[in-house]
Amino acid sequence: MSEVAAHHGPPQTFLRKYVFSVDHKIIGLQYYGLALVAVFIGMFLSWLMRFHLVWPNAAIPGLQLLSKVGAPGGIMTPEYYLSLLTMHGTLMVFFVLTNAPFAAFGNYFLPIQIGAEDMAFPRFNMMSFWITLLAFFVLMAAFFVPDGPPISGWTAYAPLSAVGKDAGPGLDMGQNLWGISIAIFCIASLLGSLNFIATTLDLRAKGMSLMRMPLSTWAWFITACISLLAFAVLLPACLLLILDRVAGTSFFIPGGLVISDRLQPHSGGSPLLWQHLFWFFGHPEVYIAILPAMGIVSHVLINSMRKPLLSYKVVIGAMISIGFLSYMVWGHHMFLSGMNPFSALVFSFPTLVITIPATVLTLIWLGSIYGSRLQITTASLFALGFISMFVSGGVSGFFLAQPSTDIYLHATYFVVGHFHLVMGVASIFGVFAATYFWFPKMTGHMMNETFGKVHFWLTFVGAYCIFMPFHYLGLAGNVRRYSSFVDDYLQPLLPVHKFITIAAFITGGAQIVFLCNLAYSRFKGPQAPANPWNCTSLEWTVPSPPPWNNFGGEHPVVYHDPYQYGVEGANEDFILQTSTENVKGAVRT
Amino acid sequence: MRAKQLLVMLMVLVVCPCLLFAGSVSGKVTYTGTPAKPKAIDMSKEPTCAKQHATPITTETVLTGANNALENVVVYISAGANDEGQVPPQAVTFEQKGCQYIPHVLVMHTNQELKVVNSDQTSHNIHPLAKTNREWNKSQPPGTPPISEKYEKAEFISVKCNVHPWMHGYFAVLNTSHFDISKGGGDFKLPNLPPGKYTVTAWHEDYGTQTADITISGSENKEVNFSFKAKAY
Amino acid sequence: MGKLFAVTIAIIAILSAIPIVMNYWGPPPDISTHGFAIDEQMKATMWEAGIAFLSSQLILALFVWLHAGRDRSYKLKTFPGGAKGLVIAAFVLVGTEILALGVVGQKAWATVYFDPPDKDALTIQAQAGQFAYYFRYAGPDGKFGVPHPDKIDEGNQNFFGLDPENDVPARDDIVAGELAIPVNHPINLLLHSKDVGHSFYVRELRIQQDFVPGLDLAVHFTATKAGQYEIVCTQLCGLGHYNMKAYLTVLSEDDFQKWLKEKSAQ
Repeated sequence: MSEVAAHHGPPQTFLRKYVFSVDHKIIGLQYYGLALVAVFIGMFLSWLMRFHLVWPNAAIPGLQLLSKVGAPGGIMTPEYYLSLLTMHGTLMVFFVLTNAPFAAFGNYFLPIQIGAEDMAFPRFNMMSFWITLLAFFVLMAAFFVPDGPPISGWTAYAPLSAVGKDAGPGLDMGQNLWGISIAIFCIASLLGSLNFIATTLDLRAKGMSLMRMPLSTWAWFITACISLLAFAVLLPACLLLILDRVAGTSFFIPGGLVISDRLQPHSGGSPLLWQHLFWFFGHPEVYIAILPAMGIVSHVLINSMRKPLLSYKVVIGAMISIGFLSYMVWGHHMFLSGMNPFSALVFSFPTLVITIPATVLTLIWLGSIYGSRLQITTASLFALGFISMFVSGGVSGFFLAQPSTDIYLHATYFVVGHFHLVMGVASIFGVFAATYFWFPKMTGHMMNETFGKVHFWLTFVGAYCIFMPFHYLGLAGNVRRYSSFVDDYLQPLLPVHKFITIAAFITGGAQIVFLCNLAYSRFKGPQAPANPWNCTSLEWTVPSPPPWNNFGGEHPVVYHDPYQYGVEGANEDFILQTSTENVKGAVRT
Repeated sequence: MRAKQLLVMLMVLVVCPCLLFAGSVSGKVTYTGTPAKPKAIDMSKEPTCAKQHATPITTETVLTGANNALENVVVYISAGANDEGQVPPQAVTFEQKGCQYIPHVLVMHTNQELKVVNSDQTSHNIHPLAKTNREWNKSQPPGTPPISEKYEKAEFISVKCNVHPWMHGYFAVLNTSHFDISKGGGDFKLPNLPPGKYTVTAWHEDYGTQTADITISGSENKEVNFSFKAKAY
Repeated sequence: MGKLFAVTIAIIAILSAIPIVMNYWGPPPDISTHGFAIDEQMKATMWEAGIAFLSSQLILALFVWLHAGRDRSYKLKTFPGGAKGLVIAAFVLVGTEILALGVVGQKAWATVYFDPPDKDALTIQAQAGQFAYYFRYAGPDGKFGVPHPDKIDEGNQNFFGLDPENDVPARDDIVAGELAIPVNHPINLLLHSKDVGHSFYVRELRIQQDFVPGLDLAVHFTATKAGQYEIVCTQLCGLGHYNMKAYLTVLSEDDFQKWLKEKSAQ
């Protein structure tokens, strides 16, 4: 169970240390850096979109430099709006929400939290980052092809995405690049997941039983398991899509389609097949985005409360249930898709049932705060904010889980509000909490708490201002993915859109505070001690930042579970997992 | 002074006879049989355009006039013209107005500048379905500058709007400037033709193409008439 | 700062609930026969969601207010009932919610999808294509002509690819860019896509259904109030998706017959 092997020696050259590193910590930072670049590009795209929605006929100065065809004279064309929408979604879901909470922090901290020297397959690990980076460049290339990026959304429904350029701009080279990029991303993801699973099962230190792993590690482990099956389905789906586009196959394209006055040379395929394959991946994907955040938030919250959660085992059970159930619900994206209406009821049931573990988690978090000594730091504020956002985003799920109410709300801004709150906000709050919490360990410097709190307040209030109104728009019947609102019905809703756009600019702008804090603290922040938060898990027993082999050649031995806080009679109010201090009456789960 | 005058006189003497001796072709384009009735176009999905037409406009595929006149037939010299290299410097304009293409058939010379203008409050996406030339389509939100394009090869190109399915028109890209397009009376005239052998072609978007071979001697006007068989549907 | 957080959450929760409670932005009045069940379901769900939302946020606010900043002098307490109590609460609360919403609500779904269309429903064919809807009525002979995709000629208004020359039932088919229907008369709308995926959405009718290329789908409904309503596309179908709509015109029986006659003549 505890294998300690010297996988690699210390890195000697600059390239080996910082570029082509097999060290999981550097790889984690590389994923984080990629996610940071991706999130700012994605955010910039959303600004362009929000601006255009409110001022559709206005020229955006300089936009014609990005795309002469997409924005003649700086005025965005309808197809360019959809191109930006597609790239925004693709970047955010894949390169931010899968990368940051899971690949970045998981890579950095999973090995240390279980007492290992590195991941099980360090070279595979390095490859998985560079393959992800390749996928990123292939996707970005879509901006520079003549016809621009694809216009079919991150969901790339067939036949729009499959028939090629007859169906619209961006659907030629742009869509090809999208398909190739995502297929490459899948390969990288599969390699990463294999690494996480093998490492967790095989490389735990002596005394680190599965039931002594921190909740963040459990979350990463469960996410890796889900990820393996999910990406294994998306990869062939993308390959089939590419074949339909370039090899004349018809997996997703039926016969008799007339597009651009031309009868399309395909027959026999099913658009619904794409939807099944995509959502079989797509639904677990959203849990891949949020589970790590749940683990991180649990870990940070416990540390801030100086008290363990009401039950460690129940939290793990809830996370595993969510992972398991996530595979049974994909059809709730397809209630109105034309599949057998009886199946809608079949999919609705597990979708409602998945509320149970989500509620269990929420109640456990809330119930654990009761009777605690809650320390307020930037990290704990983001963790608490996560709970609030998760609840807000989750309750709108009640409506979308039922086919009858989905008839009215499907494809409206209600759905957009729902997934942005859970993914775009809650998950990102998990990333922020992780950043503020683990920055001292990763860099050896403390981040500035004052600016951290300013960042939190602006982001927390701002995010509610942006995304809560989306639900009202949805209830009013505002359809999504429209590049502008020309119908009479939608005119009274324009003031709401204006409010959202302004909130988006302000909230997005506030992220400068975060960036400056990151950059400044990295070099000029006060020196960080080994354990600034008085935390129990193994990463706080090593220097900040940790040496190349994490434990300096030592093999840590674990004596305690990860949440020994508030222990009666102990010297401190916590016991490190590796501490030989054996105190009776510890607060047990 | 005298030399200059002499030179001018010589030039006039050389050119004028050519002009003096230039012939022409003219005639009428008609149809036989009963053409299909033009159908009303329902623009209700685009209210900003619908309200520009007090009564709905009708399809322009087959436009007829008095005495079986057939309109929008492009009559041109398809052989013998020898003015392929003479590209007119001015641009031709294709206008999107009231969700209609104006004119319905636009004739231009190869490599002549084509300007597409959007005069409507809605975004159009013009899509000429070229087969030998490069196929392209471009969105034009209201207020954006005209699209400037040109075609290098002669071709009859069907034009549609990707956003408004009822909008259809044609580009007739010709190798010559000797063309005319029949209007209300079905008449056409091709002047300034030096003596020689020519092939005159008449093209209608639905009824097809007909040709006539003629020889022009001196400054005569050759009369050529074209008669197309109408289709009931 | 913990107390500030608590107050902020409470304010945000209450402010978010106000537009819902006051119905500032909500669904338009229902003009269908089946919509009542859907609206009831929406109301019931809104109650459940609202209570879950407000109670969670306010409890979070309360607990943070009470416990933020406490130091080692404060004795740690366990929530009464511990994890076990909360797990049971989760099962009971969500379980009843699933029963109430899921089981009862399936009836609303069934009236739309499991009940067959009325025997004397008027059958109309809807075709969605980039970026407009066209609707076909069978005409006086009551029969639809056969559509041929290869005969589609949009410039000539032949959106369905009909062949009136050779196909007699096609000759009197009426094709229109708006969906006119008689009020209080069951309608069976056949959905066909010409090119890519589209959708049929009328808010007031509480109807939404995707057009799937290659599949012959149908929705049925009865409109109860005359007027003009928007049919909008909700399935991303290309650059003109935002501008893809048609009008649903609900007319009295007499006006509808007049409309049919007028369209036949055109």
